[in-house]
Amino acid sequence: MLSRLVFVSGKLYFLVQASRSLQTSSQSLAPVPPLPEKGGKTRHGIIPEELFQFLYPKTGVTGPYMLGTGLLVYMLSKEIYVINHETFVAASIGGVFIYAVKKFGPQVAAFADKLNEEKVAKAQEVKDLAMTSLTQAIEEEKKEQWRVEGRSMLFDAKRNNVAMILETNYRERLHMVTNEVKRRLDYQIALQDLHRRMEQEHMVNWVEKSVIGQHHTSAGEKESIAKCITDLKALAKATQAKATV
Amino acid sequence: MLCFPGALTQRRLGQVTLRELPDWLVLKSPRRPRDAIDMVQRGWQWYYRRYIDVKKGGVGGVAMLLAGYCVLSYVWTYPHLKRDRWRKYH
Repeated sequence: MLSRLVFVSGKLYFLVQASRSLQTSSQSLAPVPPLPEKGGKTRHGIIPEELFQFLYPKTGVTGPYMLGTGLLVYMLSKEIYVINHETFVAASIGGVFIYAVKKFGPQVAAFADKLNEEKVAKAQEVKDLAMTSLTQAIEEEKKEQWRVEGRSMLFDAKRNNVAMILETNYRERLHMVTNEVKRRLDYQIALQDLHRRMEQEHMVNWVEKSVIGQHHTSAGEKESIAKCITDLKALAKATQAKATV
Repeated sequence: MLCFPGALTQRRLGQVTLRELPDWLVLKSPRRPRDAIDMVQRGWQWYYRRYIDVKKGGVGGVAMLLAGYCVLSYVWTYPHLKRDRWRKYH
């Protein structure tokens, strides 16, 4: 339990750091193997279990206890361990220590475990977040790769678009040319028509004026008009024959 | 009689017989100060990894260190504590 606190508070961490810095092997440290669940077993807190296992085949279960008692009695009787005022001090401190460990041990252990778990949960959260973001990135990458495959179709469509625009342009220009040419030709035709009409009207006016001026009598008007008409017809026939020739 | 692996150099303490113990001790003793430091470092690393650097440690890890400290300090101050002995002749 105390070691849990030590582990959490990291007081001995600098020693671990020192050991890690001395590692010069070329093997990589990751992934770090998980910590063992429980440490080496100890009986009564300070005697490793290995001693009991070592003495069990020869002396059974009570062997180490007898060994301990014998050693204690020997040291007391030969005064290798001297009883003085410090013995009582040590006994009191030992008693208080044992009482504190027995009473508050589980609580402190639970607290340290909770701290540990929070740390681990935070790290796990970060790791999970990183994993999800990376898998998402992988999926998007795959989607992009799929999109790339469709790029050739995109280019075909664009090419078709451009060709159509060019075609439309060309046709527009053709239309424009035709229209312009037709307009100019229509203008020339209208001009010619105007000329002929003007000549016709002028001739008619002149003929009317000269004919009416010459023949004042009303009796011979109809005759003269008929005569004029036949004359004109003959003239027209003559000019037509001349034109065809 | 258990058969132990060959060379004396490669055996650990649990595999050395009593007869070979002095030779083994001479063999394993540090020759340069650097070796002594390395031995201490390795010993501490073994102890740390076994009793302290675990997920659910007990009081044993630190308590054994304290007990060892108590014993060592008693051994070092024994010449002074000798004077408080109750018996005159032992």
